[in-house]
Amino acid sequence: MTRTPTRTGATRPHLAPESLALPVAPHRISGGLFDPRQLVRSLPDAFRKLDPRSMVKSPVMFVVEVGAVLTTILTIATSTLFGWLIVVWLWLTVLFANLAEAVAEGRGKAQADTLRRAKTEAEARLLRPDGKEERVPATSLHVDDVVICEAGDLIPGDGEVIDGIASVDESAITGESAPVIRESGGDRSAVTGGTKVLSDRIVVRITSEPGETFLDRMIALVEGAGRQKTPNEIALTILLASLTIIFLLAVVTLQPMAGYSGQQQSVVVLVALLVCLIPTTIGALLSAIGIAGMDRLVQRNVLAMSGRAVEAAGDVSTLLLDKTGTITLGARQAVDFLPVGGSRREDVAAAAQLASLADETPEGRSIVVLAKEKYDLRGRELTGASVIPFTAETRMSGVDQPDGREIRKGAASAVARWVQRHNGTIPRDTAEVVDEISSTGGTPLVVAERRDGKAQVLGVIHLKDIVKEGLRDRFDDLRAMGIRTIMITGDNPLTAKAIADEAGVDDFLAEAKPEDKMALIRREQEGGKLIAMTGDGTNDAPALAAADVGVAMNTGTPAAKEAGNMVDLDSNPTKLIEIVEIGKQLLITRGALTTFSIANDVAKYFAIIPAMFAAVYPGLGALNIMRLATPESAILSAVIFNALVIIALIPLALRGVRYRPTSASAMLRRNLWIYGLGGIIAPFIGIKLIDLLISHIPGIG
Amino acid sequence: MTAVTALLRQLGTGLRFLLVMTVLLGLIYPLAVWAIGQIGFRDQANGSLIHSNGQVVGSQLIGQEFSGTRWFHSRPSATATTPYDGLASGGSNLGPTNPELVKLVKERKAEVARQNGVPESAVPPDAVTASASGLDPHISPAYADIQVNRVARANGLSPAQVRALVAQHTDHPSLGFLGEPGVNVVELNLALARLSGTR
Amino acid sequence: MSPGLTAVLLVAVLVTLLAVVHRPFGDYMAWVYTSEKDLKVERWLYRAVRVNPRSQQGWTIYAASLVAFSIVSVLFLYLLQRLQSFLPWSVGMKPVPPDGAFNTAVSFVTNTNWQWYSGESTMSYLTQMAGLTVQNFLSAAVGMAVAIALVRGFARRKTRELGNFWVDLTRTTLRILLPLSFVAAIILLANGVIQNLADPTTVHTLAGATQHLPGGNVASQEAIKDLGTNGGGPFNANSAHPFENPTGFTNLFEIFLLLVIPFSLPATFGRMVGNLKQGYAILAAMGVIWIGAVVAMYAVEFAHPGAALQAAGGALEGKETRLGVSSSPLFAVSTTLTSTGAVNSMHSSYTALGGGITIFDMVLGEVAPGGTGSGLYGMLILAVVAVFVAGLMVGRTPEYLGKKIGAREMKLVSLYILTTPALVLMGAGLALALSAGRSSILNPGPHGLSEVLYAFTSASNNNGSAFAGLSANTPFYNTALGLAMLFGRFVPMVLVLALAGSLASQKPVPETAGTLRTQSPLFVGMLAGVAIIVAGLTFFPALALGPIAEGLL
Repeated sequence: MTRTPTRTGATRPHLAPESLALPVAPHRISGGLFDPRQLVRSLPDAFRKLDPRSMVKSPVMFVVEVGAVLTTILTIATSTLFGWLIVVWLWLTVLFANLAEAVAEGRGKAQADTLRRAKTEAEARLLRPDGKEERVPATSLHVDDVVICEAGDLIPGDGEVIDGIASVDESAITGESAPVIRESGGDRSAVTGGTKVLSDRIVVRITSEPGETFLDRMIALVEGAGRQKTPNEIALTILLASLTIIFLLAVVTLQPMAGYSGQQQSVVVLVALLVCLIPTTIGALLSAIGIAGMDRLVQRNVLAMSGRAVEAAGDVSTLLLDKTGTITLGARQAVDFLPVGGSRREDVAAAAQLASLADETPEGRSIVVLAKEKYDLRGRELTGASVIPFTAETRMSGVDQPDGREIRKGAASAVARWVQRHNGTIPRDTAEVVDEISSTGGTPLVVAERRDGKAQVLGVIHLKDIVKEGLRDRFDDLRAMGIRTIMITGDNPLTAKAIADEAGVDDFLAEAKPEDKMALIRREQEGGKLIAMTGDGTNDAPALAAADVGVAMNTGTPAAKEAGNMVDLDSNPTKLIEIVEIGKQLLITRGALTTFSIANDVAKYFAIIPAMFAAVYPGLGALNIMRLATPESAILSAVIFNALVIIALIPLALRGVRYRPTSASAMLRRNLWIYGLGGIIAPFIGIKLIDLLISHIPGIG
Repeated sequence: MTAVTALLRQLGTGLRFLLVMTVLLGLIYPLAVWAIGQIGFRDQANGSLIHSNGQVVGSQLIGQEFSGTRWFHSRPSATATTPYDGLASGGSNLGPTNPELVKLVKERKAEVARQNGVPESAVPPDAVTASASGLDPHISPAYADIQVNRVARANGLSPAQVRALVAQHTDHPSLGFLGEPGVNVVELNLALARLSGTR
Repeated sequence: MSPGLTAVLLVAVLVTLLAVVHRPFGDYMAWVYTSEKDLKVERWLYRAVRVNPRSQQGWTIYAASLVAFSIVSVLFLYLLQRLQSFLPWSVGMKPVPPDGAFNTAVSFVTNTNWQWYSGESTMSYLTQMAGLTVQNFLSAAVGMAVAIALVRGFARRKTRELGNFWVDLTRTTLRILLPLSFVAAIILLANGVIQNLADPTTVHTLAGATQHLPGGNVASQEAIKDLGTNGGGPFNANSAHPFENPTGFTNLFEIFLLLVIPFSLPATFGRMVGNLKQGYAILAAMGVIWIGAVVAMYAVEFAHPGAALQAAGGALEGKETRLGVSSSPLFAVSTTLTSTGAVNSMHSSYTALGGGITIFDMVLGEVAPGGTGSGLYGMLILAVVAVFVAGLMVGRTPEYLGKKIGAREMKLVSLYILTTPALVLMGAGLALALSAGRSSILNPGPHGLSEVLYAFTSASNNNGSAFAGLSANTPFYNTALGLAMLFGRFVPMVLVLALAGSLASQKPVPETAGTLRTQSPLFVGMLAGVAIIVAGLTFFPALALGPIAEGLL
């Protein structure tokens, strides 16, 4: 995917044009692949999870397990084929639920193992206060210890570079092999334990206690260890628990009613009915959905510090996006050469190209490329020419050719001063062209030459911020989802507006200072909105902390990473959009499977109730609309369907339901059709098919 | 704990509030309506009573039990101990599939058909079912119709005379749809008695 | 006019009347609850009971006031019945026995108005007036106060204040219930409903027997009985009694009265939360269920399946001639879909499926349109459940009217939807397991189970109507049903107030395109669906052994 950024002069420090030039990530949120072999591999874990102490965390499945134990004991006493078949399938129901969770966790485990390998028992070269070096185990490092890392060393812990500069291989964490630069001061000073120094030497001050390093946290996260239920998950668990209690009451009180009606039911049948009614499908898959949701983020190289943050991402109503790097490519590019004062366009192009041949900034290269593409001007050798580099003082660059021709390009005012100093003329239309470019958000670079002692302005290069392809569509999608995008930029309002219009964002904050950003967040939150933003610099930290979803770039400072509640290892700000989508998908999957689970009950009633009371009220046979073979086969079919549907839905739970950004109404309608109506119809078909099969079993059919 | 003290404090307010409201809603309101009723709607307020020969012989609204050939019969009544007991309104509450009710309906049907000399198929449902109040003052026009010949014969009147009386005492629903038409049995029988000279 | 056409016209006229009235009346009620001014009589009353009408209550104090008032009311009504023989207008009535007095006190304070007794032979005129009529007003007002507190929870932001219980109760009574009851009582009076304090009239019948006709202040009680969705009539036969419901007109008028407040409160809700469409959505969900039940009920009653009804040739057992099959079912559906429980016909003698519909109406939680106040808050609770599931399905933390439905809200809502089914199922299960419960059953077979199921459904949902074959005047039923009424009323109310408190303290989330549109027809359909599916799944086994088994016999 993206390459980890390396420093280039012309862009904001954390943004490399290479990574940003990539097209925006594909639209559809896909999940990880599901491999049926994972089921087999996770089987031992599924059995381990039968421990009631772990089952009790899911009230629904705990009830099933208790029911399974109860029926087992009773069936041992009576020992009927029907009883044993029910017992087996009840246990399978519990097992399948555990399997779902185990598979979800298993996928994280694989990733954790890779991470653990990075966390070798490295030795640290501790720099003592007296200036001497001491070799100590990495695990004994504490906050504020200072260590030295040289080429070939593993960095022993999370820390901040306080001296030196080095290229570091962070592939252990990010999976990206391209080295990155880490240096003291500024926004690129953070180093992560477990990464490897490739060149040079840095002095690092440790910022985390052993066991609490980024790597430790990451391992815990991907393993799902200590996973806490998210707010929505808790709310849903409460609803499911109360439904379970209602059905428990309905089934328990059914016995006296059945007794009054003259047909007491066996406990095995009542347990079977109960298990079919309580929302086992969602109860079994709930934690797998949560784990898989986090996993989907991990697969995109995003580490969420809590599930809460992932859910919050789904609720976000405002996205704050930095212009540079997120919305635009990060560097301006030449798009046109505009002659002034009667010079020819080709002359402007030629002069501009000459002036830029030595300019290695992306802007400079874009001028060379444009001239080549548009006017077929080949890059010439600059033999004997002397390059005039850009300085902040002159605000110009250029070239002095051996034949005495001097070419300059730069800010309008700077070039004008140069021309005037050399008694040149500034054509009247220069100012017009310059203003026009500025008013559309572009940057004008004026090109002038001095030949034979006479200076003159030749024309203007139109430099433009290039908006990334495909962004407009994404913003349209976001708008349909009800999310407003606000572009943050240091540009003046005019430029900002032009880019905002081109990119299709809803609003912009121009000439933004960190405190403006903060104020904007506060203002939006006061109105009840949830804000997501990305950031990397130390001065972003307060805003990252204040935002509901703050995604810190992995290249950022420790302060920024500490303040945010997610870290993007790829340091790709556009990923915020994907994070939002994953958050939504997580909730939708839960909602859809809850609906499906409850809708399933209709068919199960039609299967079981007539079967239970056919003897005393033959008229109830009219409810047996599936025409199931016998009461035993009807009840058993419902139980088997109930168990199998869990297995059948594991891939869906892990992958998440299909999600496309659209309005809430359209999404609700679609999901109601598929999971509501589908949930009513599917079990009628499934139970009937199972009945057709098992009615061949002697004693059942 | 705070909830309990709050509760205690509100108990006093609650009692004062209830007493004031009892005076207002329990005495002033019903007595005001009572006064209006006794002044403006005296007849209705006191039960729409029917007087004959200085006696209260019934209410336009409350049915009575009639047997024998000379009267129009009311619907079966399920009031406790005796039919049409004014102080024990109520229905049979028998369920639609209760064998007891099936038996009752069949017996009543046969009896009504026999008494009036009509086929069982001509007996309308209201003739064989108990009303909700047990005090239903009405029978359906169909039930009155099958009784006309018997009543005319027993009272020495022509069926046409009796049929005219029935028509006179048939209450038609207001606006045609506010309720169902019904023949007021008490008023019909009173008119019948007056016509045949027994009252 | 054919009975079918009569039924269609009745429904059409009723719907039209309600459609015309609900907006202005709903707006009026919204004004009542938001106005800053007190009437003169209110100011006098606040001084008399020592309440500061400007003080605001948090949910705990609001709930404490409600519970305190209800405790006082139950005690007062209990004592009144026990002492009635010593008080004026006793008309020779004996003291009501303790278990019966407890049951009735609870019954009227909880707006249930379950009546184990025949009014005409048990309650003195004073008890009817100063006890039962008073609670007909106040229990209805309590329900409305709770509903309004919940509405304020949605409407207000970042506050603990839900209003003042005493003010809400006073305004509901003085500005809504009393004036309307007064007018309604006069209309009923003019159409034949009695209002006197005479001893029973002795009638010398034409056939030469004597008959005693009851008296009493019926019109004044009848008006609030319907308007306040109470249902406790002065007579055993309730609105089937010709003195309570003499004509086809009074029948329609009474149905209108018992529907008008519950069907207008959604407009009040919409007005108070500043979004009329939200009110219409709630109204639409109520209306869809109501009309569906009405159509289904007419269909089965006109078809009159069941051995006895087939033998009779029509479903007229337990129905009055003047009302017939064309006017009775409309009342039956409306009374069971509100928490009224008044009856103009005997539900026990309805067709098996018709009786099943009345039970199903009640197990829906009486939300279409439900009782005065309780219907609105019941439907809003279901809306929260629907919003929760639907909200997840659109990928956001569920929110309703900008308020987030989090763990605390779901906990309260879950307990709410758990309470009544638990009471119904445990009560009915217990009664059928005990001989004390079984011995009261009148009808054999599945209908007997329906009687017990109906009794506990009616009590727990505060309806009050009955499959009256059940002899419920036994210590077992008086106590068990009394407890069902008590818990079925106050547990949900306290939960609703807690929810209101939790919602009021929130800062609303602004609506965006990503917000679930709770005013859309799609959501209305889903809300009605949630109501029906939740109730259906919970009660299907019980219904299968009662009305469904009987209907498929």
